[in-house]
Amino acid sequence: MEFLFAITIGVLVAAAVYLMLSNHLLRFIFGLVLISNAANLTIFVAGRLTDGAPPLIPEGADAPTLAANALPQALVLTAIVIGFGLFAFAIVLVFRAWTSLNSLTPDDMRLAEPEEAPK
Amino acid sequence: MSWLLALPVVIPFLTAVLAFLTRQSPLGRWISVAGSSLLLVASIILMATVLRDGVIAGQMGNWPAPFGITLVADLLSAVMVLITAIVAVAVSIYAIADVDEGMERLGYHALFNMLIAGVVGAFITGDLFNLYVWFEVMLIASFGLLVLGGRPEQIDGGVKYVALNLVSTIMFLTGIGLLYGMTGTLNMADLASAVDGADQRLLTIVAVLFMIAFGVKAAVFPLFFWLPASYHTPAFSVSAVFAGLLTKVGVYALLRMFTLVFDHDTAFTHTILLWVAGLTMVVGVLGAAAQSDMRKILSFHIVSQIGYMILGLALLTPLAIVGAVFYLVHHIVVKANLFLIAGVAQRIAGGTELSRIGGLYKSAPLLAVLFVVPAFSLAGFPPLSGFWAKFLLVKAALDVQGWIIAGIALAVGLLTIYSMTKIWAQAFWEPHPDGVEPKLSSLSNRERAAMLIPIAGLAILTVVIGTIPEPFVQFAEASAAQLLDPTAYITAVLGEQP
Repeated sequence: MEFLFAITIGVLVAAAVYLMLSNHLLRFIFGLVLISNAANLTIFVAGRLTDGAPPLIPEGADAPTLAANALPQALVLTAIVIGFGLFAFAIVLVFRAWTSLNSLTPDDMRLAEPEEAPK
Repeated sequence: MSWLLALPVVIPFLTAVLAFLTRQSPLGRWISVAGSSLLLVASIILMATVLRDGVIAGQMGNWPAPFGITLVADLLSAVMVLITAIVAVAVSIYAIADVDEGMERLGYHALFNMLIAGVVGAFITGDLFNLYVWFEVMLIASFGLLVLGGRPEQIDGGVKYVALNLVSTIMFLTGIGLLYGMTGTLNMADLASAVDGADQRLLTIVAVLFMIAFGVKAAVFPLFFWLPASYHTPAFSVSAVFAGLLTKVGVYALLRMFTLVFDHDTAFTHTILLWVAGLTMVVGVLGAAAQSDMRKILSFHIVSQIGYMILGLALLTPLAIVGAVFYLVHHIVVKANLFLIAGVAQRIAGGTELSRIGGLYKSAPLLAVLFVVPAFSLAGFPPLSGFWAKFLLVKAALDVQGWIIAGIALAVGLLTIYSMTKIWAQAFWEPHPDGVEPKLSSLSNRERAAMLIPIAGLAILTVVIGTIPEPFVQFAEASAAQLLDPTAYITAVLGEQP
């Protein structure tokens, strides 16, 4: 199971890096979504994977020896929520860049740092 | 005890909510000033308590550490919160004159206070995942502030800032995941001992992941490119609070993690940090020398100065950490002040591009004096605060026979003087190219007071640190001792260890 997750995470990261390096802002955002999901999966796997053992313990009973770790799942949930907010902002920003700079190619975006004319 | 720790976070949060509700009226700016002043009071009380009782910790929701979220303040955290509050007060007063009503209606004051809440939270938390959450609070508020107003240059700078910071965030998150998988805890005090049982080679990999994540935030070489691309685009009060505080949160996180948790393989990690420190100093100062806009010069100098702080961390001797802590505090005051002064220069002389302004020395001598103090302090002139900060670090480098790095630090200091004299000569000494005489009296009384009082206050603080450095150095020594021997920190969080 861990092996499968590791491969998935690797593929996600590879695709994300490819997208992020392809000199187009929209692709960059897609890459960012993929790589952040890879990070979330990493946290999830870090809590050890258990099959069908929810961490629900009846009152008075001893803790079972094998149960899912609830903490990483809570962390992933937080990270997803935060990530959602950040991506919403990033996408609007990219849209705004498109309307006010007329380009989504980072190489063309030189307004804040204009190229010096050769002297 | 925990209300004392929670207050510095709660106050700016409540202020942000109130400021958001009143964003349509001019009341927002006064709420912001009042909120920052309350924060200052709370952080002074926190500082006094930490000085009296040593490290204090509080468990949120009464979950005992390491299971719950811990807030903890040692001397370093307390002084960072205090200096954040000082900058917050200065900038919120300055914003009365600097931020126009359009930006206020868009929620400038709410975002500003949210940013302060994020910064304070990052300084005061004792939990790694909680640190991530505070980073995000700070980040989303800074995104908003950076593009508020929506000029095309701001959007351009904003895209680069947002993109690179989001990548660093994901690195941080991955690092947290791996560290949790290896140790089963995210409480920083608990991690300090929990990492001993982990695979040391894997731990080094995770350490490098954290180094990159915090390195982007701190703007070290070669990860700093977002900073000079964006810091000169927003409003001046925004630039000032960014310049003063944001990169320093990254430095603080490095300082905390690489003394408390990742000190297992210093021959590897801290050697990288030493190279990074040297290159950051040199590249930053050379970048500044090539610029001709006041804010761009100052932005590159942030990068160069970050190098000094990383140098202190990399050497990891008691004196070096003392220097790093001292530098951190001195730099926040000086750098925020220089950006505020650039704002006044822009107002009365009509720009920050050096070739288009001038004559400030003749017609606005008060501003000239106020500029000289932080500028010379930045360059390291005695008897200002920057001299002692550089002196401590260079002495620390010489003590461990680091001749080359000490030489670099001194040479970079010289080049800093070059940049400062460039600003001085072109903006203050040379006559204005359009023949006008920029005067402070062109500002209304209220604007003049709101802009000059914070600048003067921060300048006085710089002079005080410089002329009576002894208590400040002693304080830095005490906090460096806490960093290098974290027993008190760990005991405060987890209780007595067997």
